[in-house]
Amino acid sequence: MTDKVWVYIDQFNGEAIPSSWEAIDAARMLADELGGGVTAVIAGSEVQQLSEQAIQYGADQVYLCDDGTLQEFRAEPYASLVSGLAGEHHPEVILFPTTSRGRELAAMVAVDLKTGVLPDVTALEVQDGNVIATRPVYGGKLLAKAVCSARPQLVTLRVRAFSTPEADSSRTGNVNQVAAAVSEDNISTKVSGYTESSRGVSLNDAAVIVSGGRGVSNNPSLEPPDGMDENEAEIWRAQEGFKLIGDLAGVLGAAVGASRAAVDAGYIPYNQQVGQTGKVVSPDMYIACGISGAIQHQAGMRTSKVIVAINKDPEAPIFKMARFGVVGDLFEILPPLTESLRSRLSS
Amino acid sequence: MKIVVCVKQVPDTTAKVVVEDKQVTWGDMPLVINPWDEYAVETALLQQEAHGGDVTVISVGGEDANVALKHALAMGCGNAILISDPGLENADSLVTSQALAAAIQKIGDVDLACFGRQAIDGDVGVTAAQTARVLGWPSLTLVSAISELDPGSGSIRVERSVEEGRQVVEGKLPAVVSVVKDIGEPRYPSFMGIRKASRAEIPVWSVAEMGAEVSDPVVTWPEISNPPKVEVVTEIISGGSTAEIAETLAEKILEVKVV
Ligand SMILES: Cc1cc2nc3c(=O)[nH]c(=O)nc-3n(C[C@H](O)[C@H](O)[C@H](O)COP(=O)(O)OP(=O)(O)OC[C@H]3O[C@@H](n4cnc5c(N)ncnc54)[C@H](O)[C@@H]3O)c2cc1C
Ligand SMILES: Nc1ncnc2c1ncn2[C@@H]1O[C@H](COP(=O)(O)O)[C@@H](O)[C@H]1O
Repeated sequence: MTDKVWVYIDQFNGEAIPSSWEAIDAARMLADELGGGVTAVIAGSEVQQLSEQAIQYGADQVYLCDDGTLQEFRAEPYASLVSGLAGEHHPEVILFPTTSRGRELAAMVAVDLKTGVLPDVTALEVQDGNVIATRPVYGGKLLAKAVCSARPQLVTLRVRAFSTPEADSSRTGNVNQVAAAVSEDNISTKVSGYTESSRGVSLNDAAVIVSGGRGVSNNPSLEPPDGMDENEAEIWRAQEGFKLIGDLAGVLGAAVGASRAAVDAGYIPYNQQVGQTGKVVSPDMYIACGISGAIQHQAGMRTSKVIVAINKDPEAPIFKMARFGVVGDLFEILPPLTESLRSRLSS
Repeated sequence: MKIVVCVKQVPDTTAKVVVEDKQVTWGDMPLVINPWDEYAVETALLQQEAHGGDVTVISVGGEDANVALKHALAMGCGNAILISDPGLENADSLVTSQALAAAIQKIGDVDLACFGRQAIDGDVGVTAAQTARVLGWPSLTLVSAISELDPGSGSIRVERSVEEGRQVVEGKLPAVVSVVKDIGEPRYPSFMGIRKASRAEIPVWSVAEMGAEVSDPVVTWPEISNPPKVEVVTEIISGGSTAEIAETLAEKILEVKVV
């Protein structure tokens, strides 16, 4: 069968990253224009079950490489596998979800096959057989259309920019087992350990994000325990503030984010930072608490569908982007807000 | 130890970047070193302080890329090289990485090449991995800490910051690393550094001088535009008491049906 449109299924510990299914939906749209079906590429160790899933979400055939060397993600052997398959079968386009793995993989495959990468794309169309990819640039201040004249065109899709297809358990497709491209002796890196990041919903694919800024430490009426110096007291207050943010996030099934000011002050780890030098997110709802909305923060959350702002300062720039705003003290607003949502959602 | 750090020049993060007559402009805001690359420079300098050797900063760009190179010199890098060539004017990331790899090879005996995670103009985030691939070196991207580096035995161990947590990876030198913020706050240029940098004559290498060949660019940008204005009508929620405001906001949040 012709297989012009490929999708790389990103997985971690044998579980597919949900945005891989979004990529299958986008691939279906491209295949309707370019002809042929949708081919999924799956790599890992003990990942056979992902083939079934990929087919249910819309893949027509699968290349599956199940190999011990692929247990942990390492870009080199994964890239050699994808480049080898693509070099043999000549797809027109390969879609990857924009995860750290998808981006690095696309980068390396582009070198192997002397082609281009169009990363972090938010919309796709086909014109004269070419994929036209729309991507935000300059921290989302501008939109660019990008085209790649070589083949395959390598595109990584921004997480949550495309819809998730319905899984259909009656779908069938061919699974082709393929061998790994590189043996362990020829892989120059080893993964020697792993520390899980804090539990909770991941920022990357959260539908709702509740974020805190410098304002979360601003509650002079909170008395810190004895013996803390100025600095410790500030962090203690901030942690009390982030507890309120965490409570709200818990009720909404949301992830917790932060501004750079909150990260730099040591209130919360850098992993949670949203913005130009943090994560770029596009949830359905972004609730900013005690965040002024500096341009660099906006760069990370501008594409959120609905923005809610809670801030003491009516002039804060965040209100210009917000659908709903409350001018007030987050320490006063958040507890009753969380309670009200809790009772409404449980009834 | 021989270290190279790759930096790019970009518009300041606060610049009002817009498209006018199909051209990207940002008024009279100065160009600056890509903020992520300051972390790469810091990484290079920390490794030099720990293991000795020298740090060379390189950039692919026009004459104006000297601002970024001079900033890195002022922070403490020993040498700078500008890679400039009419053939690189429309470089895509593959071409840029081939040029960077060629320069790294011409410098010779390099143990470590440091990159930022992403350039904040194109937001591409692939050049480090691509340069590693061109060189055939291990690609250690999104590094939040270099926990061990031994130039003698040529080993390196890093922590990578990925979605699911921190991955500890070991590799062999020479290697490419791209770094994230956790690596440590970049130092400010010293007074002496700024003086030295302002006097520096930065050599320019062309592709031919590096004895290299680069591909023809394959990625083009047929259209660049200002994003459509989304008119948000902000509804400020007020009420007699905090409880009342909280109730109304809760109602609104649930009304938009995303939860
Ligand atoms: C190169 C560069 C890159 C950057 N990258 C990023 C980035 O990735 N992400 C990012 O976020 N920033 C980034 N910044 C920093 C950015 O410019 C701002 O400094 C930062 O976003 C401010 O964070 P903030 O809104 O929490 O703090 P502030 O600007 O100090 O705002 C705090 C807000 O909290 C409100 N407030 C105070 N107390 C309360 C209370 N009790 N209740 C309610 N509201 C209260 C105040 O009215 C104020 O509006 C970057 C800057 C530079 C130069
Ligand atoms: N033109 C360039 N010259 C030197 N280094 C660059 C250039 N472009 C990108 N880089 C490096 O590659 C990193 C990632 O850039 P990018 O892939 O463009 O997002 C940057 O942080 C720099 O370290």
